[in-house]
Amino acid sequence: MNFSEVFKLSSLLCKFSPDGKYLASCVQYRLVVRDVNTLQILQLYTCLDQIQHIEWSADSLFILCAMYKRGLVQVWSLEQPEWHCKIDEGSAGLVASCWSPDGRHILNTTEFHLRITVWSLCTKSVSYIKYPKACLQGITFTRDGRYMALAERRDCKDYVSIFVCSDWQLLRHFDTDTQDLTGIEWAPNGCVLAVWDTCLEYKILLYSLDGRLLSTYSAYEWSLGIKSVAWSPSSQFLAVGSYDGKVRILNHVTWKMITEFGHPAAINDPKIVVYKEAEKSPQLGLGCLSFPPPRAGAGPLPSSESKFSLQTLKPVTDRANPKIGIGMLAFSPDSYFLATRNDNIPNAVWVWDIQKLRLFAVLEQLSPVRAFQWDPQQPRLAICTGGSRLYLWSPAGCMSVQVPGEGDFAVLSLCWHLSGDSMALLSKDHFCLCFLETEAVVGTACRQLGGHT
Amino acid sequence: MGDWMTVTDPGLSSESKTISQYTSETKMSPSSLYSQQVLCSSIPLSKNVHSFFSAFCTEDNIEQSISYLDQELTTFGFPSLYEESKGKETKRELNIVAVLNCMNELLVLQRKNLLAQENVETQNLKLGSDMDHLQSCYSKLKEQLETSRREMIGLQERDRQLQCKNRNLHQLLKNEKDEVQKLQNIIASRATQYNHDMKRKEREYNKLKERLHQLVMNKKDKKIAMDILNYVGRADGKRGSWRTGKTEASFFLRNEDEMYKILLNDYEYRQKQILMENAELKKVLQQMKKEMISLLSPQKKKPRERVDDSTGTVISDVEEDAGELSRESMWDLSCETVREQLTNSIRKQWRILKSHVEKLDNQVSKVHLEGFNDEDVISRQDHEQETEKLELEIQQCKEMIKTQQQLLQQQLATAYDDDTTSLLRDCYLLEEKERLKEEWSLFKEQKKNFERERRSFTEAAIRLGLERKAFEEERASWLKQQFLNMTTFDHQNSENVKLFSAFSGSSDWDNLIVHSRQPQKKPHSVSNGSPVCMSKLTKSLPASPSTSDFCQTRSCISEHSSINVLNITAEEIKPNQVGGECTNQKWSVASRPGSQEGCYSGCSLSYTNSHVEKDDLP
Repeated sequence: MNFSEVFKLSSLLCKFSPDGKYLASCVQYRLVVRDVNTLQILQLYTCLDQIQHIEWSADSLFILCAMYKRGLVQVWSLEQPEWHCKIDEGSAGLVASCWSPDGRHILNTTEFHLRITVWSLCTKSVSYIKYPKACLQGITFTRDGRYMALAERRDCKDYVSIFVCSDWQLLRHFDTDTQDLTGIEWAPNGCVLAVWDTCLEYKILLYSLDGRLLSTYSAYEWSLGIKSVAWSPSSQFLAVGSYDGKVRILNHVTWKMITEFGHPAAINDPKIVVYKEAEKSPQLGLGCLSFPPPRAGAGPLPSSESKFSLQTLKPVTDRANPKIGIGMLAFSPDSYFLATRNDNIPNAVWVWDIQKLRLFAVLEQLSPVRAFQWDPQQPRLAICTGGSRLYLWSPAGCMSVQVPGEGDFAVLSLCWHLSGDSMALLSKDHFCLCFLETEAVVGTACRQLGGHT
Repeated sequence: MGDWMTVTDPGLSSESKTISQYTSETKMSPSSLYSQQVLCSSIPLSKNVHSFFSAFCTEDNIEQSISYLDQELTTFGFPSLYEESKGKETKRELNIVAVLNCMNELLVLQRKNLLAQENVETQNLKLGSDMDHLQSCYSKLKEQLETSRREMIGLQERDRQLQCKNRNLHQLLKNEKDEVQKLQNIIASRATQYNHDMKRKEREYNKLKERLHQLVMNKKDKKIAMDILNYVGRADGKRGSWRTGKTEASFFLRNEDEMYKILLNDYEYRQKQILMENAELKKVLQQMKKEMISLLSPQKKKPRERVDDSTGTVISDVEEDAGELSRESMWDLSCETVREQLTNSIRKQWRILKSHVEKLDNQVSKVHLEGFNDEDVISRQDHEQETEKLELEIQQCKEMIKTQQQLLQQQLATAYDDDTTSLLRDCYLLEEKERLKEEWSLFKEQKKNFERERRSFTEAAIRLGLERKAFEEERASWLKQQFLNMTTFDHQNSENVKLFSAFSGSSDWDNLIVHSRQPQKKPHSVSNGSPVCMSKLTKSLPASPSTSDFCQTRSCISEHSSINVLNITAEEIKPNQVGGECTNQKWSVASRPGSQEGCYSGCSLSYTNSHVEKDDLP
């Protein structure tokens, strides 16, 4: 594993281009574009104010920089550095900005969610979409970029509009049977739209592309409901994390629940491997990676105990957004694994085996897990906890790496390069790249190991 | 009785004899013998009695005492002591016989009384002890009663308390239920209230929004603008098309078409997947059925010999099914038409298989009872190898078939993909289909051939195993013979030979196994008998016919080696640290028994990563 030098960064704005060639990062009001391999600065753009949001267009030709405070969006071209585009939303204000999948339209949401303005970079045309709903995830595009689903609210009722992205025509418009719609998400195959209700009610609805209601699922009543939703990359499963600390997996044939994964603080099954990060006294060794002995005799834990309990957080239940329930969940790219985090056991990440529908491993860190992300190429999970370490899990095992550099590099967020060879580690005002070993090296190493044993 | 014989003096005994004679003659009493004995036994006491009576009767008052005694005796119902007076004037004379009789009777009585007394005394004693026992029993029972009564009271008390508690709990439960109901009602009312409020607020909010919209949007805001250097081309290279009222509808239609196409594609894809799954399952089913039939057919005759009606009919069904199976088209029929047939036949076959397996199980258990047959070990290994090989072959064949299938399907799929061209291609498709069908049947035949080959292989393997076994046996016997011959003229290593002979009886099979495992160590060096002998000894001494021990040691070794490797690597990393970062952490697996694999692999990962890191040092 190798680390690049540390670069400056502000507001955690650092993104790989979709084609994986470039890396854009922001420092105050400057946008820096680097080559991923050499890390040399290719372009440097200066915006009018501190950048609050950046986004690459799907063809990696343009970058959008949003300055919400000023109601401004500036677009830069990678091919023509002299080309510029500035969109001013004026007194209407701006709260969100994103690219359409074709990379030639920009969707700006005005303040108070009065409307969405669709600006075109090809023609002078401007379209408006009225009544967008102010919710967590109110706009979603299919993976092929053909359709956009938008949550709307009119006359105290929720609606979903499906637009054709090529000409912004309304294709379908239907009302949803929800109290207060919170999120919508397309299945990766672009044929099914998952719609879930507010956390006050456990309700998830599945709509076909043509607006037919395929199924409705509700696990319980009278309690806080859905907290997070994730589609498996194969579109086969829909994982629904809820405030009761469970993940329910729905299948794509009957849309019924296949199984539910509980997240208890005590793990009783002796077959489950629990990786626990432990503080080690410094004089014991300088080893970057230290694993317990194979027979697990010397750990601080009573290894013979068949029950293992995780550190739990007592949630404050009389406040809004209590720290309970499944707040994060993500499928591995091959859909074989599901990683989850229960917010009242914030130090632990659960990894579930989707093929066998059972718990596979549990990782308990010393501090709360900030973010985790799967390697886009293989089942490998990167985790950061806001400390100076990066944690990697794969079915073969678990490891932690200290991020080098003077001072502590507190990794707050991370994002993988699409090749899975490197990732960007972001701290409050710095970022660095972490290069992982290539396949060939691993292969030889494995072979060496195999030869020894 | 012996006592009195020794004690009595002969004079007395003679006297008593005469008396007895006399009495027997005169009275012929049935108890004469007994009375005689009593008399005799009482004789030692006579002296004392005499002295006692002497006080009562003196020389002077014989007459009075006699009369007194007479009176007394007569009152007790004894005959008079005096002879019957013939005349009044004559003095009544003492009748000695009567006196003696009376005396005898008295003594008998006395004896009887003594006995009775003794009996009574013992009885009394017994009764007394009984009484005591009963009394103790009584007291014990009383205590028990008392304690049980107390217990009962306690239990009653507890019961009462529990009932009380129960009542309280019931009350509580009821209260709680009420509370829950109340709370639910409250929640419901709050929810409606909240929804109502929300709606009201939202309406207000919407009104405000509308107003804001009018204020902000309708007024020509000069600021809302896009400042762009030049317009860029579309990503797809097309030019932006103008929208007019006329084209709007056609656009819409086109979009609809596309949407439905996408949906249709999705459904078709899913259907194809399901079909493929179905085909796979059918294949598995078919294979299973075939295997079942092939498995069950060899033992067809056996159950027939054992005249069993039910199995007989089932077997005939199997034959029918076998005939059915030849009609391959059956599998292409839709499920509904064949379902019943299929399920029935499979159920039947399954039943046969089950009974067969049960039978086999019984046999196995019998064999186990008889004792382990080590012959199996050899043959099984061979079998496993053979079957593995065959399975590999089958796998390869299957893969080939699969790839061919895939190719075919791809061809078909490509034919389906483009719906405009599909119409044109339809005619070609038919031809192609025909051709494919032919190919398909060819493949099927090939597959069948493979199956047949496989079967023959297994048979060959079995035969081979049998032959091998026979050969082994022969060789073993031959070896034995050799050794026996050898021992006759090899006297130098008599010790070893003796040892061997001691072991040879028990570890004959072990030797055999050892030889079979190491065929290169052929015992052809019979001329120098001792080394062979030794080697055999060492091999037979562990006396463990199973290979498990060996495997264990091997696995141990491998574990050790892996640990060593890890240690080495850990040491290697240390000097090559990435500048000055001193980690004070480690991973510990909260490992439980059975999770060692995970740890191992974890280690391997650590190894690889650390290794790489070492390489990548800047």
